[in-house]
Amino acid sequence: MILIAIISLGGIGVTGAVLLYAASKKFEVYEDPRIAQVQNVLPAANCGGCGYPGCSGFAAACVQADSLDNLSCPVGGADVMSKVAGILGKEAGTVNPLIAVVHCNGTCQARPHTNQYDGTRNCAIASSLYGGETDCSYGCFGYADCVTACLFDAIHINPETMLPEVTDDKCTACGACVKVCPKSLIKLHKKGPKSRRIFVSCANQDKGGVARKACNHACIGCSKCQKECPFEAIAIANNLAYIDPVKCRLCRKCAPVCPTNSIIEANFPPRKEKVTEDSKENKEIK
Amino acid sequence: MLRTFRIGGIHPPESKLSAGKKINRADIPKQVIIPLAQHIGAPAQAVVKKGDAVKTGTLIGKAAGFVSANIHSSVSGKVTKIDQALDASGYKHPAVFIDVEGDEWEESIDRNGNLIKECLLPPKEIINKITEAGIVGMGGATFPTQVKLTPPPGNNKAELLIINAAECEPYLTSDHSLMMEKGEEITAGISILMKAVDVTRAVIGIENNKPDAIARFNSLVKGYAGIEVMPLKSRYPQGGEKQLIDAVVRRQVKSGSLPVSVGAVVQNTGTAFAVYEAVQKNKPLIERVVTVTGKNMSNPSNLLVRIGTPIRNLIDAAGGLPENTGKIIGGGPMMGKALISPDIPVAKGSSGILILSCEEAIHKPMYDCIRCAKCVNVCPMGLNPTLLMSATDFQDWELAEKNHIVDCIECGSCSYTCPANRVLLDYIRLGKGKVMGMIRARKS
Repeated sequence: MILIAIISLGGIGVTGAVLLYAASKKFEVYEDPRIAQVQNVLPAANCGGCGYPGCSGFAAACVQADSLDNLSCPVGGADVMSKVAGILGKEAGTVNPLIAVVHCNGTCQARPHTNQYDGTRNCAIASSLYGGETDCSYGCFGYADCVTACLFDAIHINPETMLPEVTDDKCTACGACVKVCPKSLIKLHKKGPKSRRIFVSCANQDKGGVARKACNHACIGCSKCQKECPFEAIAIANNLAYIDPVKCRLCRKCAPVCPTNSIIEANFPPRKEKVTEDSKENKEIK
Repeated sequence: MLRTFRIGGIHPPESKLSAGKKINRADIPKQVIIPLAQHIGAPAQAVVKKGDAVKTGTLIGKAAGFVSANIHSSVSGKVTKIDQALDASGYKHPAVFIDVEGDEWEESIDRNGNLIKECLLPPKEIINKITEAGIVGMGGATFPTQVKLTPPPGNNKAELLIINAAECEPYLTSDHSLMMEKGEEITAGISILMKAVDVTRAVIGIENNKPDAIARFNSLVKGYAGIEVMPLKSRYPQGGEKQLIDAVVRRQVKSGSLPVSVGAVVQNTGTAFAVYEAVQKNKPLIERVVTVTGKNMSNPSNLLVRIGTPIRNLIDAAGGLPENTGKIIGGGPMMGKALISPDIPVAKGSSGILILSCEEAIHKPMYDCIRCAKCVNVCPMGLNPTLLMSATDFQDWELAEKNHIVDCIECGSCSYTCPANRVLLDYIRLGKGKVMGMIRARKS
């Protein structure tokens, strides 16, 4: 009796095994083994910052591409890309490291609240309802949609200013915050040597007077910085100055002339205080 | 048994504080701000410039495109500037600022109060006059009326005109007061609209919380062939176009179709009155009735207001802003929106201003969904609000689209009924905008 069971079950098992083996041979999908190898060196963050769906998508694209010039992993940076290049026997392209930059400097002190929002604290919902708690309808809400979107803990709301701040060494420039900001205030900017960068931290397109009334740190489009710039890197459009990061040589001449301090210099050593004639006279009087 | 729509709906406390009050004419302000985007569609193009003298009724903005509307000066005076101004949307849009000097009207406008019943113009002329006068849906949706009266080719022919006199929104009484005082004009306007859309039957749908209006119109329509009054059971949102059609003729408009696909054209009572004035008196849409109300207001009123008057003036006319004010709502409590400044001007679609006290305005804390499905029961469009909210929260736009998020009429019944105080509508409105943008992008 027990024999029948063993034989019949064994028979089913063997037939199944044969069928499965045949099927696996017949319907085999060839996958380049290098895809798995490349995927192993990638950071596995699946952030989508490279523009491909996850790290496996990026790995497949790397293997298929003729050159790695236009492919870069923002999280792994040059290190990872050179490893990938090593596996594939291709040359890694040179990548300009980028960083997320917040184009709003409307701190609580600079931008007085003119109304109070008590709805859902979510930037997307607030922007579907109205322009914001201040008179500037271009500025940051401060409800932290970008913080939620960041997979790398690189962006945080400063409780004093209620503005998002990017941590330089954590930001991988994956662009998640850029996509999620309903006011398009966050942009990817050239990281620059030693993370030094200069940018206009304002997005207000209102006329100068209106913008100034709404926020002390608003760019009023006065074009003083444009005249000061020796490299013609600054353009004014829609009452707003824009510094072209390609043309900008980080000479720092524009920031001091800005009447509203809307040009931000990040990671520069503190300025030596210039002894001007005015201050000399002041000292003498004192 | 009185009729009402068949799916969902709620019955919030009616609180019609200003019901039965006469319409008072509000004073003309010193300066008006007339937004150029008071309607759905392309904003009007300004045709005046700084320093121009205008009369009451002068065209100041020309319709820019098919779905757009003309804008007229509501006062006489001088244009001081054309600049960005805050409007009820919460954002700045172009507007014409006019300093008021006297009150001189355009000569073409007939200011005589005589009732003219007969309209001998052909339908095309009528629609032309409506287009010239810049008339939009006065119930709040502000869709240009001439577009609604000329349905796109390929649709069924309209068989029936439905006049929306439901005014289902709590607190608001602007349509009610207009019906009581301008009943003859509204009825004449309805007969003009019937001619314009070429139908022989019109039904005025009035909720049974306005028995005086029902009685008045029952006697008024006797002089007209084909117009009838249908009392409806009070239920929110009966004033929604699709809900009203369902209540009156028991037909359901398919998702994505126009009401004319079931043979109905819906117009508001306020629109019917504006049409009468435009066609018989050559008067463009320059004033409207606004309900100014609130439990703390000393004198809730119905005011006849020139377009462009800052709402601050209306609040003063209704007894001033009470001390304990928490929010000023533009529109009714269900579909209205909190305004961020009392300097926002009255526009063509402003049916009411509601002042809520701090206690009334407070947002209760939101809890997790308990899957009670109350929102599903009350949704008048038969949607699943809690699913749509989650889909928006997780940015699953495909799921949202598959569950017909674009059919949401934003009536707010779901948020009103939720025992966990979830802000369903805020999320759904956001998701609806995203999905509609996606659909538009796919089409082009």
